[in-house]
Amino acid sequence: MLDSVFIQIVISFVATACFGVIFNAPTKTIPACGLVGAVGWAIYYVMIDIGVDEVQASFLGAFVVSLVAYFFARKFRMPMIIFSVSGIIPLVPGGIAYNTMRNVMELDYIMGLQNGMRAFMISGAIAMGLVFAEVFMQIIFRLLSQGKTSMQSFMKSKKRSS
Amino acid sequence: MDAEHTEMAIDCFLLAGRIMIESGAETYRVEDTMLRMARSQNMMDAQSYVTPTGIIFSLGKTQPTRITSIPTRITDLHRIALVNNVSRKLTSHLISIEQAYEELKKIEKTNYFLPIAIQVLAASIASGAFLLLFNGTVKDIPAAFIAGGLGLYIVTIIHNMTRVKFFSEFLAAVAIGIVASAAIHYGYGIEIDKIIIGSVMPLVPGLLITNAVRDMMAGHFTAGMAKGAEAFLTAFAIGSGIALVLSF
Repeated sequence: MLDSVFIQIVISFVATACFGVIFNAPTKTIPACGLVGAVGWAIYYVMIDIGVDEVQASFLGAFVVSLVAYFFARKFRMPMIIFSVSGIIPLVPGGIAYNTMRNVMELDYIMGLQNGMRAFMISGAIAMGLVFAEVFMQIIFRLLSQGKTSMQSFMKSKKRSS
Repeated sequence: MDAEHTEMAIDCFLLAGRIMIESGAETYRVEDTMLRMARSQNMMDAQSYVTPTGIIFSLGKTQPTRITSIPTRITDLHRIALVNNVSRKLTSHLISIEQAYEELKKIEKTNYFLPIAIQVLAASIASGAFLLLFNGTVKDIPAAFIAGGLGLYIVTIIHNMTRVKFFSEFLAAVAIGIVASAAIHYGYGIEIDKIIIGSVMPLVPGLLITNAVRDMMAGHFTAGMAKGAEAFLTAFAIGSGIALVLSF
């Protein structure tokens, strides 16, 4: 199993890095883009493997993608979107969307609706995961910087009084 | 501050906003960038209203409100990074507004895309990789490789020729369907579904879907709905192109 997870990570790294090229990410960030996608896919794959539903697994995958993208955005001093856009591509429910289209074409509207709802739920979960992680990080960093500045001002006032 | 200088500053902010929207940045980030740039130049009353198809920008009472329209949008992350860099430098007063405007003009004129051959190669490799991620068999990789590359190539070429995005995506999907069916017919592939899913991935509007929801969460319902509609039309074009081939 370890072997296959490792192979999955390598393949998703290659796929995401290629998407970085298609979306024209700055050249030096392309390996980082690949890494973001590989981490997100690894979380998703392990979650599916231990029996978590696709919707929850997509949410967790997107959440982690966003966290790693936030980290790289701070490191490279670039907008977060550069890293997160190609990172979520492996999680996009392409297969289910394809089946929806296929069902509708074969006039099987019941299955089509079922698959369509599923694709909608998964893409909603991905978007939620991305946004929640970003807001989460913003709150943490705001708290951290507030603590720092208030601490500094406290130290300053202490120095002044002494 | 004289009127001419202010005019130039507004031009600069509008250009920055326009390049960002054209390259696919989030709406709320564009508004934020423009306001930050304006505040760094002591224009505290600045207001901006950004939609995916146009920007309205005003400095308050003294100056007339300016608008700029945005006819086309593509995904070009390199430009977003460059404009972000200029805005960072301007807001920390490392460069003057004149220098920023010159840099933005240069960014607008330059084409930062890699050569089309490299993009097509990337799309081919990505299609092969996605085939494996979706549990496809190794035997199907050559078919996905060719179909994925061809799909991206057709989108780029037809889009440059006609400027109608949905038509080019439709044609690319038709081409992918034909290649996949031919591969199955001549015995070079096993599962047509997996080949098509893998090769269609480079056309999927991933950026649009993410940005649509992201903008809605930030309170930009107009932009969110517009981007959602664009994503839906793109998905519909791809789906109908594939469906057309499969129905024969």
